[in-house]
Amino acid sequence: MTPTPTVPLWEVFIRSRAGLSHKHVGSLHAADAVLALQAARDVFTRRGEGLSLWVVPSSAIVASDPQEKGMMFEPTASKPYRHPTFYEVPDEVGHM
Amino acid sequence: MAGGPGLRRFFEDENMATNTITVSETPLVLYALRRADDSLILGHRLSEWCGHAPTLEEDMALANIGLDLIGQARSLYGYAAEVEPREDGRSANDEDGYAYFRDAGQYRNLLLCEQPNRDFACTMVRQFFYSAFTDPYWRAMTSSSDPTLAAVAAKSEKESAYHLRHAAEWLIRLGDGTEESHARTQRAVDALWSFTGELFDADDAEDSLVADRLVVHPSAFRDIWSDTVDVGFARAGLRRPDGAWMQRGGRGGRHSEHLGPLLAEMQHLQRSHPGARW
Repeated sequence: MTPTPTVPLWEVFIRSRAGLSHKHVGSLHAADAVLALQAARDVFTRRGEGLSLWVVPSSAIVASDPQEKGMMFEPTASKPYRHPTFYEVPDEVGHM
Repeated sequence: MAGGPGLRRFFEDENMATNTITVSETPLVLYALRRADDSLILGHRLSEWCGHAPTLEEDMALANIGLDLIGQARSLYGYAAEVEPREDGRSANDEDGYAYFRDAGQYRNLLLCEQPNRDFACTMVRQFFYSAFTDPYWRAMTSSSDPTLAAVAAKSEKESAYHLRHAAEWLIRLGDGTEESHARTQRAVDALWSFTGELFDADDAEDSLVADRLVVHPSAFRDIWSDTVDVGFARAGLRRPDGAWMQRGGRGGRHSEHLGPLLAEMQHLQRSHPGARW
């Protein structure tokens, strides 16, 4: 049975280890925040994936418009000087 | 084609289907089997939801809880096998033997655990009643003087705590939800109430373990269970049944009509093809 449209969608974020940031792992349906957190635990952390969970109502996410990707993202393609590749790293620095 | 290979095979299988094990039920073996049977039977009931739950999310939640319970059962069956005395010439029983080669009358689980799923409300109420007991029970059992039981308790305690939270949150939403969900939940509470008294029972065998501080007497959890249930009912807008008469029998192998069909399904493959692996 698919959830009725009144059951909201939630985005799930997991932090896998201390010091790392929360990463988006997927979405789920749940009636409210508490059940969403439980469902996130049950669906996304079955194999020890996480130490911390966030659930966020999907409706709270403001997304860029795919139709505007030209305006939004293409201008950066012609600015290679923004990548830190134009200087020599001294050997003494080692692995960065 | 009388006597053909097909028919002979059929009769061989029929004979194999009777190879029920015998168990030497010392108090400790009996204790381990009782708790293991609770977990296995309830875990199996939850597995029946697999692919049928109201939502994908809940399908996985129920399967997770079922797997936790079956894992607890495995540890306890393993321990029973370790401590069960072996009569002359009889090979040791093992986890699979206890699960697949005992008849209904040899099962020692609570009647509550074998009650059918019926609807989602009934499944959640059953889980709530059971977990409201096992959550404080396993926490207390972590200080058992038996290191194996204490270790099983330490693992089960965290699992049961989540099972209780999960069931309680659903109880509140179902009881305080729509007219239909409320009616179904109250019906489940009324139907299952008479199976809750058995949670707190112990017999002479278990009393002897209590005296040796291996286990905690289940009646010690009656008040905390009652409080948990009352808080849940109050938040869910459910009525606590008045009935004081309680069903008993599971601990002694006297079961409701629901256990037989469950075992028939669960044991069918091993009974028909003993030792089959995949």
